[in-house]
Amino acid sequence: MAVCVYRTSRVVVQGVTGKEGRYHALACRDYGTKVVAGVTPGKGGMDVEGIPVYNTMEEAVQNTHPNVSLIFVPPPFAADAILEAVGSGIKTIVCITEGIPVLDMVKVKRVIEKENVTLIGPNCPGIITPGATKIGIMPGHIFKRGSVGIISRSGTLLYETADQITKAGLGQSTCVGIGGDPIIGTDYIYWLEKFEQDPETEAVMMVGEIGGNAEEKAAEYVKNHMKKPVFAFIAGRTAPPGRRMGHAGAIIMGKSGTAEYKYEVLRASGVHTIENPGYIGETIYKTLKEEYSL
Amino acid sequence: MKLHEYQAKEVLASYGVPVPEGRVTHFPYDAWMVSMELGLPVVLKAQVLTGGRGKAGGVKLAKTSDEARDIAQELFGKKLVTKQTGPKGVIVRKLLVEKAADIDRELYFSIVVDRTSSKPTVIASKRGGMSIEEVAEQYPEDIIKIPIDPAVGFLPYQIRRLKYDLELTAQEKEAAKIFSALYKAFSEKDCSLLELNPLVVLKSGHLLAVDAKMDIDENALYRRREISRMRDLTESDPDELEARFTGLNFIKLPGNIGCMVNGAGLAMTTMDVIKLAGGEPANFLDVGGEATPETIAKGFEIITRDPKVKAIFINIFGGIVRCDKVANGIIQALKTVEVKIPVVIRLTGMNKEEGMEILKKAPMQFYIAEDLREAAKMVSDLSNNKNNETEKKPAEKAKAGKKEK
Repeated sequence: MAVCVYRTSRVVVQGVTGKEGRYHALACRDYGTKVVAGVTPGKGGMDVEGIPVYNTMEEAVQNTHPNVSLIFVPPPFAADAILEAVGSGIKTIVCITEGIPVLDMVKVKRVIEKENVTLIGPNCPGIITPGATKIGIMPGHIFKRGSVGIISRSGTLLYETADQITKAGLGQSTCVGIGGDPIIGTDYIYWLEKFEQDPETEAVMMVGEIGGNAEEKAAEYVKNHMKKPVFAFIAGRTAPPGRRMGHAGAIIMGKSGTAEYKYEVLRASGVHTIENPGYIGETIYKTLKEEYSL
Repeated sequence: MKLHEYQAKEVLASYGVPVPEGRVTHFPYDAWMVSMELGLPVVLKAQVLTGGRGKAGGVKLAKTSDEARDIAQELFGKKLVTKQTGPKGVIVRKLLVEKAADIDRELYFSIVVDRTSSKPTVIASKRGGMSIEEVAEQYPEDIIKIPIDPAVGFLPYQIRRLKYDLELTAQEKEAAKIFSALYKAFSEKDCSLLELNPLVVLKSGHLLAVDAKMDIDENALYRRREISRMRDLTESDPDELEARFTGLNFIKLPGNIGCMVNGAGLAMTTMDVIKLAGGEPANFLDVGGEATPETIAKGFEIITRDPKVKAIFINIFGGIVRCDKVANGIIQALKTVEVKIPVVIRLTGMNKEEGMEILKKAPMQFYIAEDLREAAKMVSDLSNNKNNETEKKPAEKAKAGKKEK
């Protein structure tokens, strides 16, 4: 079992003929993912090392029946690409693109909510089920199949966390990067629910960062609905308020959004907080062994 | 991107939002002249890209033209220290001189993109003139929040509701026109914040936007050229600007450990782990997914320009970019930029072993750490001049560079 994406997932890559799109489409295929088509307007009829390219999503869907779209389209056109995927009937979309205007995402969000589409990202590394499917840009080799589900707002921090968990002797069921933008398709709660239902997942690690209140909302959900142990780390404790720390969403406004406040709420909701990022793998391993005898 | 008050008012005026009559001045006598043209009294407002300038003494009333000139004299070149600027403050270079308004009462109005609902949201209150955070604390019942569906916009019934809540029945047509103009400006200019604090009701009964704040979504500037032309770089840190032009994400901090990291989340985490180990980060620096010799060299150059920096911590997670490539990049970069302070490197991920080998054989000396914890401890000790202690433990690694001929 896995969460959201499976060995059988059929992936179409939007923006497949660009440098990044091409590289990662092939890397995903090498990992074992079924990449069935690519879409780039004006490049229909070409192929990218055997992956057929179409002009429109509609054509790609009719001819190759994908059920997941992976998007590498540049920011000015990315919102339109997401909506094109929705329009063609795709229900799971992974958008890697960083830098989409917020008001574009406001419109996208409204449509995906109405159409019941799962959007991962934007500004994210994608999703991976180790040893089975990789739909994204993460380095596959640092992941190892196991029992911990990871949900992260940041890309490299997802890798760091997965790496520590692997080195501690555990592995991951599915890892998802939900994105560093202020408006993203899916939040922690969506994935917490999936992981709670997934028989393979025994614990969940949330990798958060300053800004917004997604971690606080997740804490509330954990308190009321999660039976599996949940761990959390929040990046940016030393970040100065009012400055955007790389990610568009990582900014402290006023009193809310600080790491201290998030930790406080998470702790009060029964989440195991890991405040030193050097000890993520070790803490999860020890806690699972000692407190849950897993 | 933040706009100055006078720029925001220019934009709003073009949408038909009433703003006070005023001009931007650059010299004390300018202010004197403008005050005579506008008629007294006038308000002099420092044009700086930071909040809280009123409390810092950046807004003053002048009853005579001579007074306007004297106040201008005092304000030009003055360092305003606000909560947002920190102790280094910001220098006043421009003053907006405006005709003082005859105010009956002050209201609050803003539009932001609310992250929780993912919708533009109007926030308004009949208690204007104070910060909205204070209102939220003291009079939470007086704050109105109206989420706007982007597909249909700011609807007549929502505007009507606002009119009643803000007690604007006497000026209902005017208010309705202004509110819809504000939403139009917000969406057409890709604002992330549009705030009028205060929006005032004049003794005459008319409405006037006495203050205006506008933040524009950086990601949308490509389609808002008229706005991006307004960018004022004089208040930006020159190093941060230079970094941005090279595609690096750099923010200066008060500590003494320079950091170079790939990825924003990991860069923040690196700062946190340094602090936990007893050190103080001197910057946030995300070199991006591809750490090339050029970006690394630029990183070194900018970091070492800060004389406070006592040690450098390079933390790279080789995902897409391989560690051997990064290691070679570091060595190449150090051939072009001279770095005299200790450099601690933690490389992990793809081709880690090869990367480490390359670093060990390098003609310069590095401190090589296995993981985040060890690296943070090493660099913090080095920055605190506890070299002896550090060298005891990872001695063989630390001296690896001595193979040099």
